[in-house]
Amino acid sequence: MNVADLSFYFFAGLLPLSVMAWMLGRNKVTGATTSERWNSRPGHYGWYSVIWLAAPALAVALLAGLLHLTGLYPVSGTVFLPVAFMAAAAGCWQGLRLIRPSLRAMYAIEKVIRGLLITAAFTSILTTIGIVIAIIFEAVQFFGIVSFWDFITGTQWSPDAASGENVHGMFGSIPIFAGTFMITLIAMMVAVPIGLLSAIFIAEYATENFRNIAKPALEILAGIPTVVYGFFAAITVSPLVVKFADSVGLHADYTNALAPGLVMGIMIIPFISSLSDDVIRAVPQSMREGSLALGTTMSETIRQILLPAALPGIVAAFLLAISRALGETMIVVMAAGLRPNLTWNPLEGMTTVTVRIVDALTGDQAFDSPETLSAFGLGLVLLVITLILNVISIYVIRRFRQSYE
Amino acid sequence: MSLQINANMKRRYAAEKRFKACAVAALALAGAFLLFFFSDMIAKGLPALQQAEILVDVHYSDTSMKSYRKAVDKPFREIVSRGWLRTLPLYMEDHPELMGTTQARWVIADVDVDQYLKGKAHRLKEKYQLQIDQLQSEGRVKLAFNTGFFTNGDSKMPELAGIKSAVVGSVYVLLLTIVFALPVGVMTALYLEEFAPDNRLTQTIEVNINNLAAIPSILFGLLGLAIFINFFGAPRSSALAGGLTLALMTLPIIIITTRASLQSVPDSIREAAFGLGASRWQTVWHHVLPLAMPGILTGSIIGLAQAMGETAPLLIIGMMAYVPDAPGSILEAATVLPAQIYTWAGESIRAYEERTAAAILVLLTVLLSLNGLAVYLRKQFERRW
Repeated sequence: MNVADLSFYFFAGLLPLSVMAWMLGRNKVTGATTSERWNSRPGHYGWYSVIWLAAPALAVALLAGLLHLTGLYPVSGTVFLPVAFMAAAAGCWQGLRLIRPSLRAMYAIEKVIRGLLITAAFTSILTTIGIVIAIIFEAVQFFGIVSFWDFITGTQWSPDAASGENVHGMFGSIPIFAGTFMITLIAMMVAVPIGLLSAIFIAEYATENFRNIAKPALEILAGIPTVVYGFFAAITVSPLVVKFADSVGLHADYTNALAPGLVMGIMIIPFISSLSDDVIRAVPQSMREGSLALGTTMSETIRQILLPAALPGIVAAFLLAISRALGETMIVVMAAGLRPNLTWNPLEGMTTVTVRIVDALTGDQAFDSPETLSAFGLGLVLLVITLILNVISIYVIRRFRQSYE
Repeated sequence: MSLQINANMKRRYAAEKRFKACAVAALALAGAFLLFFFSDMIAKGLPALQQAEILVDVHYSDTSMKSYRKAVDKPFREIVSRGWLRTLPLYMEDHPELMGTTQARWVIADVDVDQYLKGKAHRLKEKYQLQIDQLQSEGRVKLAFNTGFFTNGDSKMPELAGIKSAVVGSVYVLLLTIVFALPVGVMTALYLEEFAPDNRLTQTIEVNINNLAAIPSILFGLLGLAIFINFFGAPRSSALAGGLTLALMTLPIIIITTRASLQSVPDSIREAAFGLGASRWQTVWHHVLPLAMPGILTGSIIGLAQAMGETAPLLIIGMMAYVPDAPGSILEAATVLPAQIYTWAGESIRAYEERTAAAILVLLTVLLSLNGLAVYLRKQFERRW
């Protein structure tokens, strides 16, 4: 029996047993002849016995899983299932024995529920820790092979040429980060003006009805999967860019940085517009009215009163948008090149951090080859930048909220 | 003096007009892009819903059993889909009663015939072009609805490639995502909103969730690869690994939206329940949770839609494998619709382009309906207190 079958039989067995335990626990209360007052409702005693049934069984399952994973003792199905169900039966018997009028079953249940909720809350922490550990663990191995200094100052990235001991100078990440920042810059140059002006129109000029249509319509842009944007950038926008460059006498690669940058910018518009819209509307109405009462036009009020007031929120929106652009993968994987290229010309092909991560991990290299490990080195840098941007933007937004709300 | 004021006013009003025009133009630009994008995708994808078919005599005989190309007469061998011919021996095994007969059947045409008929770039030789024109005037060539696109798995022959295995893979992955993410997400939100004391630990968890929501999706792929596959030994490319990875990614979205909808339930409800002697859990389970349900549902649907369109982390854990048949269990190699789009987009044969766009249309239709459903549910059940 494999693990999937085993867990199926385990849960399929546990379910009817739980129902049975619930009924036994409740019946012990409803069928009782004692005149004493029961502390909790009959159903609570039912659940109480279910907990006593399920907890030992789950504990056995957890133990078996641990033993199996660590390889200390290979647990076979013929051992595991009887042991688990025997533990369940013993637990249930003990639980039923404890049921008496003075038992505070409800409080016991609440405690267990609380414990379960706390466990769930900890998965979020575990996930973060998992990501950090997984990346750092592999990144440390990578930086054991390639020196960190070479990594951040080298200008040549050619992992294919790196074999065995010959890794010196092959993992210089500057061209990769240059490409990443170039594409992010192009994206922001598209997204910031369009997003901000759209937000201003929606927040200040538009009627309520128009707003109700325009806002969800912009949100559609954020709902389009990135792989679709990638296809669009590679198949439609890139040839357009090449054609346009040709018509003005310039040469553009088919994997130019401009096409993914433009498309990424469009993808980011809703991030900027919806956050900016929120903060602009959060500026108190009294400031708006005070300014207009002094005889300013709407645009003067917006530029000189509202935007400065909403600035922290808008900055936070920019930061979030930048971190989104830095970590965006599919658009660049499909439309930007693979060739690390240190240049200012957006019409040339260049590559990004995320492209190299995908490339390193979808190839045929062994898992501990320097190229595969380099993905984790790049991932670590990406993670750190993203977290810093996020923490700053949370801080800025909190300051903004404090000043107006 | 008043002239000067007038001139000044004119200038200011002109500036006002310019500014407003800029804002309108920005919005119009975004709208125009949306329009351009959708019409481009539809124009590219719609042709794939049709497939060229040719009426030919198919010989079911021992000769064609041995060499399947002989099942059709010589002039047709180059214009009928080779991939389809290859399936003939299997078909004959399943239908022994057909042996020894010859039937006129509509048969899937070769990809170049298909592209030629649709007026696209093709590599069909002059001689066959004339033959197709001839057949067309006899009514023996037609563009029929492409059912194969929805009922076939992936294939190295563009005319036979379909999205079925990817759709089945997507369904598996999403089911796993819901099963893992929804209970844990809702429970976390319940704890933070209804049970947790406001202490350091709670704040740490909150900051964590915010950070988790901002981490690029590709890093979740690194997590899935290092933890689920390398450490826990989940099979590579399996729906299990994909579902777990996407569940972790969806978790923060579900937590954040659930918390928002729990917050919108007024305290008077809780106080009334406490006043009647209900315990904390009774209050939450019988009163707060049912009232917050529409919001939780909406948030989960949105989170699910996002997970459904996600590709990057799944590439990292190997879910772009070539999967011709729908996976039978969550441990088998599977692919999902976005990953299928990615692999088709990378194919060198041009005929895959329209199929890629058609798969995109399918994906977008599902995603937009999911989002529409979320908006509808919110409108339908939203309560203002």
